[in-house]
Amino acid sequence: MSWINLLAPVRLHIPDGFLSTTVSLVGWLLAVGAIGYALRQTRGQLGSRQIPLMGVLAAFIFAAQAINFPVAGGTSGHLLGGTLAAIVLGPWAAVLVMTAVIGVQALLFQDGGLLALGFNIVNMGVLTAFTGHFAFQLLKRILGEGRTSLLVGGALGAWVSVMAGAAATAVELAASGASPLGVALPAMAGVHALIGIGEALITVGALAFIYASRRDLLDLGARAPAKAAANWVIVGLGIALSVAVFSFAASPHPDGLERVAADAGFLGRALGPVYTLLPNYAIPGISNQVVSGVLAVVLGTLVVFGITWALARRQRRLGA
Amino acid sequence: MLHIDLADQYRRGSSRVHRLDPRVKLAGAVLFIVVASALPAGAWGAYGLLFAATLVVAALTGLGAGFALKRSFVALPFALAAISLPFTVAGRPLAQFGPLVVSVEGTVRFASILIKSWLSVQMAIVMTFTTAFPDLLWGLRALRLPPALVAIVSFMYRYLFVLADEALRLMRARASRSGAGAPGRRAGGSLWWRGKVAGGMVGNLTLRAFERSERIHASMTARGFQGEIRMLATPVLTDRDWNALVGWVTFLAMTALIGFVF
Repeated sequence: MSWINLLAPVRLHIPDGFLSTTVSLVGWLLAVGAIGYALRQTRGQLGSRQIPLMGVLAAFIFAAQAINFPVAGGTSGHLLGGTLAAIVLGPWAAVLVMTAVIGVQALLFQDGGLLALGFNIVNMGVLTAFTGHFAFQLLKRILGEGRTSLLVGGALGAWVSVMAGAAATAVELAASGASPLGVALPAMAGVHALIGIGEALITVGALAFIYASRRDLLDLGARAPAKAAANWVIVGLGIALSVAVFSFAASPHPDGLERVAADAGFLGRALGPVYTLLPNYAIPGISNQVVSGVLAVVLGTLVVFGITWALARRQRRLGA
Repeated sequence: MLHIDLADQYRRGSSRVHRLDPRVKLAGAVLFIVVASALPAGAWGAYGLLFAATLVVAALTGLGAGFALKRSFVALPFALAAISLPFTVAGRPLAQFGPLVVSVEGTVRFASILIKSWLSVQMAIVMTFTTAFPDLLWGLRALRLPPALVAIVSFMYRYLFVLADEALRLMRARASRSGAGAPGRRAGGSLWWRGKVAGGMVGNLTLRAFERSERIHASMTARGFQGEIRMLATPVLTDRDWNALVGWVTFLAMTALIGFVF
């Protein structure tokens, strides 16, 4: 398990220098759009409470990220917080809270770069808030209102949000020529599949605590505006994806990808034992390392979702 | 990872860098980082000029030429994200370890990324250490960031230390209730149990933060707050600020030219 120790510091805060200037600017455009829309939405939702509530809760997320628990081999589980914020406050308010957290981390502690801040906000603020929110909504639709759907949806949302952030980071690094996608994606996704479990455990614990002591708070998130959100986020993801694909096509160094395919991914081999379900994090029979890496992430997410769904069905039948 | 080391990084001083307008320092640092990022791989001469600039600016702050250097290794662990480049970029072979070939081009690109990242961090450190955070926020607002966003970040900064203290109290309470096992033996219950305890702490902190924000909002409303944070008129930049800005931009433009042409 020692490789986890080695890779654990590779978190999602991208420092300056790793993203190319073009990729960084695309990140800023996406972030500015999301923040501007979030400011208008939460203003309508919260009125004069907007500033004190968002500010104090941003300080809360920052402090909560320090609460950790030992997992194994010297690693610890801790919180990113996007999903928890999205469930308690609604997705747009969560975007603002996470933006403040990530911005202060960059400005005050050099945790993540200034030019890279745009994509750091998109990866850890916007993506985590919306994947968490959608997973939670989905479970609520399947299971109906209640404690089970809250906790199962929270766990699924938390895990998926960390994976989405990690996968997006890998794509951005690859589009910048800082790492071939065939290496970055399996490495980031593999490490964060475990980190995501810590995120899910803490999120569920926190939601259970809030549900037990102040259930009324959860109404705020449930009533938050999010309908218009879906389209915006899909448009944003579409832009990000097409830019990534475009930069691959236009990249002056398209060599990395083929080279990895030829070298048969040394990192994938080193990580081998972890992926007993999907050997080398690649699906046999598909030769292109990248395509099969992406497929593996999608498949992994579907498997987790399937298990969660089955558990949820069973819970409901027991409850009925 | 643990930011509870929350001593503000700002160092009081009255150097020329300290006295610059926060807008100039922000724009200067961001421009520096943009130039560093845009430079092509392997532009060693330009990297050297930028490094010399960080040393000169650091010396001008009165905090010592090496102070930013000493603190600039925070981004280093992220280098792992690019560590495969020397092996995966095709090019002239430099060395061979079994089946892995290290290429010259890959090594140059990897080294360039590290140097750019390291230079950018140093300039960000100089800015943070010479500008009080409230001044930085004022500068951001004067540079037309949305006032609501700046107000949210100001509130966050105001209550950061309060909530970090609450988190520390929770962690101290957990530590004092948990027996530490013999070295090498794990303390506490199963992974699930430990996660649940940490989650309960976060949930507890959520409620405290929520209720605190309700009290703050009530007292703000009682004092006449209607949802807008007002700001005094922004002062104009002095000649000294303009000179610094023009000199800095000229230097960066020349560095970029050297980096792209040579």
